[in-house]
Amino acid sequence: MIFLRLFFEFFKTGLFSVGGGLATLPFLYEMSNKTGWFSHADIADMIAISESTPGAIGINMSTYAGYTTSGVLGGICATIGLAMPSLLIILIIARFLDHFSDNRHVQNAFYGLRPASIAMISAALVNVIKVALLNPSAFADSGKLLDLLRPVPIVMAAVLFFAMKKIKLHPIVFLGVSAVIGILLKL
Amino acid sequence: MFFKRQLPKKEVVMKELLELYLAFFRIGCVNFGGGYAMLPLLEKDLVNERGWTTMDDLMDYFAIGQCTPGIIALNVSTFIGYKRKGVVGAFASTLGFLTGPIAIILVIAAFLTNFAELEVVQHAFAGIRVCVCVLILQAILKLWKKSVVDVVTLILYLIIFFLAAAGSLILPFKLPAAVLVIAAGVFGILFGGAGKASDKNENGKGAGKR
Repeated sequence: MIFLRLFFEFFKTGLFSVGGGLATLPFLYEMSNKTGWFSHADIADMIAISESTPGAIGINMSTYAGYTTSGVLGGICATIGLAMPSLLIILIIARFLDHFSDNRHVQNAFYGLRPASIAMISAALVNVIKVALLNPSAFADSGKLLDLLRPVPIVMAAVLFFAMKKIKLHPIVFLGVSAVIGILLKL
Repeated sequence: MFFKRQLPKKEVVMKELLELYLAFFRIGCVNFGGGYAMLPLLEKDLVNERGWTTMDDLMDYFAIGQCTPGIIALNVSTFIGYKRKGVVGAFASTLGFLTGPIAIILVIAAFLTNFAELEVVQHAFAGIRVCVCVLILQAILKLWKKSVVDVVTLILYLIIFFLAAAGSLILPFKLPAAVLVIAAGVFGILFGGAGKASDKNENGKGAGKR
């Protein structure tokens, strides 16, 4: 029964990949070798697609693999399989927190977890900046610091930063405007 | 009271679940750039407009989401859904979040095999990535005061940031993010500080933790 197999293969991926979409990659390569549902080239394509669509790579790959093996229903089964373990685990933790959120040790844990959380967000920011505002390969070629910076995106980021402070619009609006600017300026 | 017409309870519950589903459907459709890029969207839609959760809680959810299996954005969705409407709510928000990406990939898989190579798409997403940088930066600035409350947390922040962003430069292997986050949690339990942090919370702002 292909739907069940899709569900369980992606269930396993969801269960063991800790920490964000890219953590699913090693499991996806393994699944590709084992099942042949998608090729390594498909995974590479899916990384590119995931950068240009809202979904995380794991979600996208499960939908894609399910669809190519057995149609729309397969895509849905595989994706729900991927999401199910984290859903169950979070439910357990959320219940636990309901009862123990006032506990001193839980409070202490969060005292350490919060700066960690914001440090991880900062590290994620560095990764986006590398792709969006900098040009590391040109810098590696020439060794000149000026080649590292991409002036147009940097100016655009500064303008966006102050625009968001002044004009209180939904982030979706700014994302949409940025997409249009990207097309117009051929970023 | 007695004469007021009220919706039957079942309908009210269904309406609230649908609201949850749709709120997360909307976020799932525009959540470009990974789990953390979702933070500004959550802040605007759920914290400011609907009051379903607080920035403090969101930060805790992200911390937990980072060190539990699965995709962070999904974990956070589940948390908020659960907090709002229990187990059913968790399913509503999580499925809502998944609906957009599933539909988009199905369309791409069916019709647009070279989607990511299209020039227009590449330019549009170069623009979107610039915006994502700014959105994440603003989220960090907003959360900073609540998480980095003293010298200890500042040092913790700097160490973890350095290891996460540049750890591969000095270490022969890449430290998994989950390990860093769990280590920070254990550090918190061992070396305490909850007293200090919660004092600050109570003095600093009215809405304390739960």
